[in-house]
Amino acid sequence: MPKVTVDGITVEVPAGSNVLQACELAGKEIPRFCYHERLSVAGNCRMCLVEIEKAPPKPISSCSYPVADGMVVHTDSPMVRAARRGVMEFLLINHPLDCPICDQGGECDLQDQAVGYGMDHTRYGENKRAVKDKYLGPLVKTVMTRCIHCTRCIRFAAEVAGTPELGATARGESMEVGTYIEHALTSELSGNLIDICPVGALTSKPYAFVARPWELRKTDSIDVLDATGANIRIDARGPEVLRILPRVNDDVNEEWLGDKSRFAIDGLRRKRLDSCWVRRDGKLHRASWAEAFDAIAARIDGVHGDRIGAVAGDLCDAESMLALRDLMATLGSQNLDCRQDGAALDASRRDFYLFNTTIAGIEEADAILLVGTNPRHEAPLINARIRKRWLATGAHMPILGIGPEVPLTYDVRWLGNTPRLLNDLGDAAGLLRDAKRPMLVLGQGALRRPDGAAILAAAWRVATDHGMLTGDWHGFNVLHTAAARVGGMDLGFLPGPRGKPLAGMLDGGVEVLWLLGADEIAPERIGRNTFVIYQGHHGDRGASRADVILPGAAYTEKNGTYVNTEGRVQRGFFATYPPGQAREDWKILRAFSDRIGRRLPYDTIEALRARLEQINPVFARLDASPRFGISDPAGPAGDPAAVGDAAFALPIESYYQTDPISRASPTMAECTTTYRPVAAVAAE
Amino acid sequence: MAEEIEQPVHFAFDAESEAEIATHLAKYPPGRQASAVIPLLYVVQAQMKRSTGSAWVPRVAMDAVAARLGMPPIRVYEVATFYLMFNTRPIGKFHLQVCTTTPCWLRGSDEVTAACRKATGIKAWGETSADGMFTMTEVECVGACVNAPILQVDDDFYEDMDAARTEALLAALRRGERPPAGSMAGRQGSAPEGGPTTLLEPTVAE
Repeated sequence: MPKVTVDGITVEVPAGSNVLQACELAGKEIPRFCYHERLSVAGNCRMCLVEIEKAPPKPISSCSYPVADGMVVHTDSPMVRAARRGVMEFLLINHPLDCPICDQGGECDLQDQAVGYGMDHTRYGENKRAVKDKYLGPLVKTVMTRCIHCTRCIRFAAEVAGTPELGATARGESMEVGTYIEHALTSELSGNLIDICPVGALTSKPYAFVARPWELRKTDSIDVLDATGANIRIDARGPEVLRILPRVNDDVNEEWLGDKSRFAIDGLRRKRLDSCWVRRDGKLHRASWAEAFDAIAARIDGVHGDRIGAVAGDLCDAESMLALRDLMATLGSQNLDCRQDGAALDASRRDFYLFNTTIAGIEEADAILLVGTNPRHEAPLINARIRKRWLATGAHMPILGIGPEVPLTYDVRWLGNTPRLLNDLGDAAGLLRDAKRPMLVLGQGALRRPDGAAILAAAWRVATDHGMLTGDWHGFNVLHTAAARVGGMDLGFLPGPRGKPLAGMLDGGVEVLWLLGADEIAPERIGRNTFVIYQGHHGDRGASRADVILPGAAYTEKNGTYVNTEGRVQRGFFATYPPGQAREDWKILRAFSDRIGRRLPYDTIEALRARLEQINPVFARLDASPRFGISDPAGPAGDPAAVGDAAFALPIESYYQTDPISRASPTMAECTTTYRPVAAVAAE
Repeated sequence: MAEEIEQPVHFAFDAESEAEIATHLAKYPPGRQASAVIPLLYVVQAQMKRSTGSAWVPRVAMDAVAARLGMPPIRVYEVATFYLMFNTRPIGKFHLQVCTTTPCWLRGSDEVTAACRKATGIKAWGETSADGMFTMTEVECVGACVNAPILQVDDDFYEDMDAARTEALLAALRRGERPPAGSMAGRQGSAPEGGPTTLLEPTVAE
């Protein structure tokens, strides 16, 4: 590896690095605007100038200059200082002095670097130019006069998002960044443009003029609006969550975040359940906790355990699901299910329901078969990872699809839309067999159907037959859409040996049904005489059918453990208090167990988590998703020959509204209207 | 920008354009067709000139180029708006491109400009005359300084211009004539006025 000396510090850097990376390794801060670690190098802002000995005797842009052995770099010489001051003066020529009314203020690269490296005045006395603002949709606000033409947004849209819609039109003084023909960006990752924009040209529309960064309380958490488990930071002021930003986790979300996860937070303030409700004479009446508990206790008194059931929803934390499971056990019920959509997931082995390749592992795959899935809507960040891999292979990696043809951000060869293809892939089988590390992604659309178990088995057989399961590679992947699903499977929120699955509990299969945030069940499918307890945070479908409503906490309002689709156990932290009477869900269940004299054996969340680890040791391994090969190729129960020929239907109709929080969000409602129908754009 | 003007709603390459496109595409290896974006924009502009009399590139045509070359439309918009030789709005029958860079300016481009204005009635750069015959554009150095000043009409260079020659040229264009391009002072190529002064003897190579 080449040795480089930066300001007298010698560092060894990987071959192929650029000088800027070498300077960072040596602990030297290099100012930059256009350079971004995860995007291609543009080298057009000229802010990262350094001086290199025995190179051309001029300032050199470090981001676009490769390192060589024995190179001597100066980052703080008089030439470098003068060069940076000069670049900054040029950048500020056309940049407005509107920091006091700019949403980027306080977290602006230009502001910070102007203070750090710029001059205290300008010598420019002419008129500044003004640029017309662009419309980029309901999420991204533009003030294009502030744009410094770093082209990060253009590169992000073209490279990471795979929706090449932004560009720089005209040139010189007239150059403008935009879509040329005005339209809303069609990417599910457009919010990231706000993060990568180093100035206030692209800011958040819903967050416009809401708060300054230094007013915000920042809490680390985990996103629950899809099953990716993106690492997020919740920014709150007082009782309100004002925005959500991604945190860096290279194994999961890198530093990106899907638009729903970022912008659905205005749904946290609307349609909230803030007190208990009890139905009397067909009408819901506000009640105290004691009254609500009394109503439930009175109803379940004397009901046999077999006639009681519980369903966990898609956003639940593992702690509350375990508390509900334990509560049901004390009542003698084995009627549990965490699969609201009735997906035929097989819990007998963990790798039957996980995204085993792992998200980071996608970057080693060299062929992909998508089955009944639209990863762009079901997990936009996983979709971005597939695109990243596809680009890394020079856009040559074969990606095959079985299912409805949807516009993805890479070239897919669609084989057709019938599950029978799983038993006969035709000539596509050769592409998978020739690959060294092929993988298969099975969507929920393939499992939530009567022949789901057969499809699961057939997909597993495709994996074994095409070399996807080897000693050091596990290419069988189930792509979940619900953040709670894997956690629920891991802790056994599933029907016991005598228990009924969800279908058995509906249509009057049980007398008492406890819905823990379960909102995806059509109310009319619940039996007319079934007594429904809804515990959750939003007045959505579940609450509309409930006889007793217990107000719970949303994911931003509780400490919770979540397991993402690859089986990674992560913890989110409490950021704001739940509204009104609402409480953390496990505490509600613990309090109720006390009321009926069947007290659950934990008083603190630590004790509950110890019980969680005792149930399944995976809960003890935080933020770990060990890659593993496979030793036992035996597949899930199910007859591959029994697959039907009904076409696959996708689980998500509108990416922007999939759960109680995003359905309550006006921003997401606006997105749904704006982005229907989704326009197809050629992949670049 | 693009939305300020009336845009045609449909564009399709005609047979002549298709033949040209085929020769351009053949120059590039498979998967590198996007390299042909500039030649294809020229093809579009020429076809528009043939079919409407105005050599410009409408937005639908940029989309057609993008579809033909398998590239995102925005990449074509970027190229078409970057290069000044592509007109993204309709122009007159004749495109008068006056070079006003230093050598032409020193040799009298102001005179040429004034003559164009007088003859066409155009007031500002980029405007089209009321009769739709001429559009006048200011261009940077066209690389023919030795014969400055230059007035480029469409693709033809008219060199060694002055006010009288400019007016005569525009009058001829109005009459539907197309005077031969090159030096209007009668020079041979860029040779000195009055004929060549060097290379008069047969060279050794013969």
